[in-house]
Amino acid sequence: MAFEPVLTKYVREPNAFTLDFYLKNQRGYEGLRKALTLKPNDIIEQVKASGLRGRGGAGFPTGLKWQFVLKDTPKPKYIACNADESEPGTFKDHVLMERNPHLLIEGCAIGCYAIGAKVAYIYIRGEFYHVQEVLEQAIADAYKAGYLGRNILGSGFDCDVYMHRGAGAYEAGEETALIESLEGKRAQPRLKPPFPAVEGLYQCPTAVNNVETLCNVPPIVLNGPEWFASLGPEKNGGPKLFCVSGHVKRPGVYEASMHTTLRDLIYGEQFSQGMLDGRKFKAIIPGGSSVPILLEKDLDTPASFDHIQKAGSLLGSAGLIVMDDTVCMVWLAMNLLHFYRHESCGKCTPCREGGDWLYKLLQRVERGDGQMKDIDLMFGVANNIVGKTLCAFGDAAATPVLTTLNHFRDEFEAHIREGHCTLPAEWRAKQPMLAGAH
Amino acid sequence: MSFHPKIEYATFHRSERKLADAGEAFAYTPENQAKFDEIVTRYPPDQRKSAILYALYLVQSQQGYITGAGMRLVAEQIRCTPAEVEDVVSYYTMFYTRPVGKYVLNVCRTLSCALLGAERVTEEFSATLGIKPGETTPDGLFTLIEVECLGACDRAPVVMVNDDWHERLAPGQVAQFVDDIKTRGRAAFTGCFLHVEKKGGHGI
Repeated sequence: MAFEPVLTKYVREPNAFTLDFYLKNQRGYEGLRKALTLKPNDIIEQVKASGLRGRGGAGFPTGLKWQFVLKDTPKPKYIACNADESEPGTFKDHVLMERNPHLLIEGCAIGCYAIGAKVAYIYIRGEFYHVQEVLEQAIADAYKAGYLGRNILGSGFDCDVYMHRGAGAYEAGEETALIESLEGKRAQPRLKPPFPAVEGLYQCPTAVNNVETLCNVPPIVLNGPEWFASLGPEKNGGPKLFCVSGHVKRPGVYEASMHTTLRDLIYGEQFSQGMLDGRKFKAIIPGGSSVPILLEKDLDTPASFDHIQKAGSLLGSAGLIVMDDTVCMVWLAMNLLHFYRHESCGKCTPCREGGDWLYKLLQRVERGDGQMKDIDLMFGVANNIVGKTLCAFGDAAATPVLTTLNHFRDEFEAHIREGHCTLPAEWRAKQPMLAGAH
Repeated sequence: MSFHPKIEYATFHRSERKLADAGEAFAYTPENQAKFDEIVTRYPPDQRKSAILYALYLVQSQQGYITGAGMRLVAEQIRCTPAEVEDVVSYYTMFYTRPVGKYVLNVCRTLSCALLGAERVTEEFSATLGIKPGETTPDGLFTLIEVECLGACDRAPVVMVNDDWHERLAPGQVAQFVDDIKTRGRAAFTGCFLHVEKKGGHGI
């Protein structure tokens, strides 16, 4: 059965981002109209029944998240939409917001209605200025047409959606750090519990949801939870956006069901169409840079949260980074640790100091000055970061080192033994990242 | 109030002293003041601090970078201390505390871009402009910065120039690109989705 894209069907059409186009082609705001006739609790039940899982990385069921939002409290409630898409290898929300902004706004409005909030903030990363302009325009259009503001569609329900521009911090993608940043502070995570559902933005109950998650809500309300669940494997229903980047012929965002295997996503005709220049596949990072590497033998795994987890990695944000056999794994770990060292918010010592230490060790090995005992030292440092920080950033920072050491220990040993990178010189010449280096 | 009965409050306020010599007095233009006043209404009345990032963006758009005087103005507008503003400014990478060039070249250096040659792109920029990452050309036109993932990995290597994007910049095209910016300004950038889409070649 051919899969029909739901979220990105029209993104390549001209003017797909306008309100007119959305109303005409995507049954625009019908989901909101229908939702306003239901009880808020029924919407939460529907989202729960659909099995929608958070698309930001953790895969936590969205319905449950909404249910946990404190009901009987005099405080206002909020939705914070996480559009701080900074995970290396991930660019799906970028496309959704740029080409289909009204779907997100409708999702925000339905979410607000379901949890009893009146305001949704879309926290967008500072680098997405062009995307923010599209969204600001879309929000203004939605207000004008009466889909936002006071007494929406005559139902008596009020809802405001505002943009909030970040200023360049990977850490702001963590939900409590995002809330801190929304409050005008440094984006540093909070101690949990209390979870945002109880004490979030301005100490009020808050639901923090990813862009793609909220975009899935209007179709669920319109077509029913059974339809949504039937689109994918058990507990992994719905359409999913996969971001494929790296050494493939046609990198891009592809919408597919989670039945699709990793091999299909890399070699499939309608997806990435195979490896660049016919080179050989070496490894794939299946869920943004923070997750363990998978190898050739794992490629027939369906790209669903549960299947990928069984294969020893995580689907995360579905950012697939594909690497061919010219990639040096020591270099890869060093590149990613440069990222994590730079982006660590500095709140917890293991992550702040450990990340820097790992980077220096990797640099030493990559330069050829490493010693065999450095390998054990790297294991030691990395294992002392995992699980010892307030947020998942620490685990994410240690993962690239642990996974490359586990799968490609021989490359580290060769670097140390030979005193330089052991990839053949002619491969390095072909590879822009390595030519002229070392 | 002061914690010491005989010493007046803020006689030697540290951040005050540090900020004192940091640039001349600074105020928003009337348009920027109006923009700020509108943004503040988006947040609850007792949460003015939420607008701090936006207030700083306004300062930066007006001054090119953020001076001590700019931070003090933001502190007044937000109704917090200058130290709190400095705390925020020093955390976020998109705020500059030193003068930058007219075009700030932010080259993405994280994995997906690096796999397709981002490090060579930076080297080419360095060679063409004669500056190292973090420096500004003497004519004040270009500042070169290496940044972490920009979130357009399918169109790697990516360069963000001020708020505009230029995608798929191969190392060999860098010298031409620099010339292009000098002659055509913003028109030299590919921009995002729509523009690349027309040229074809990448999936949605």
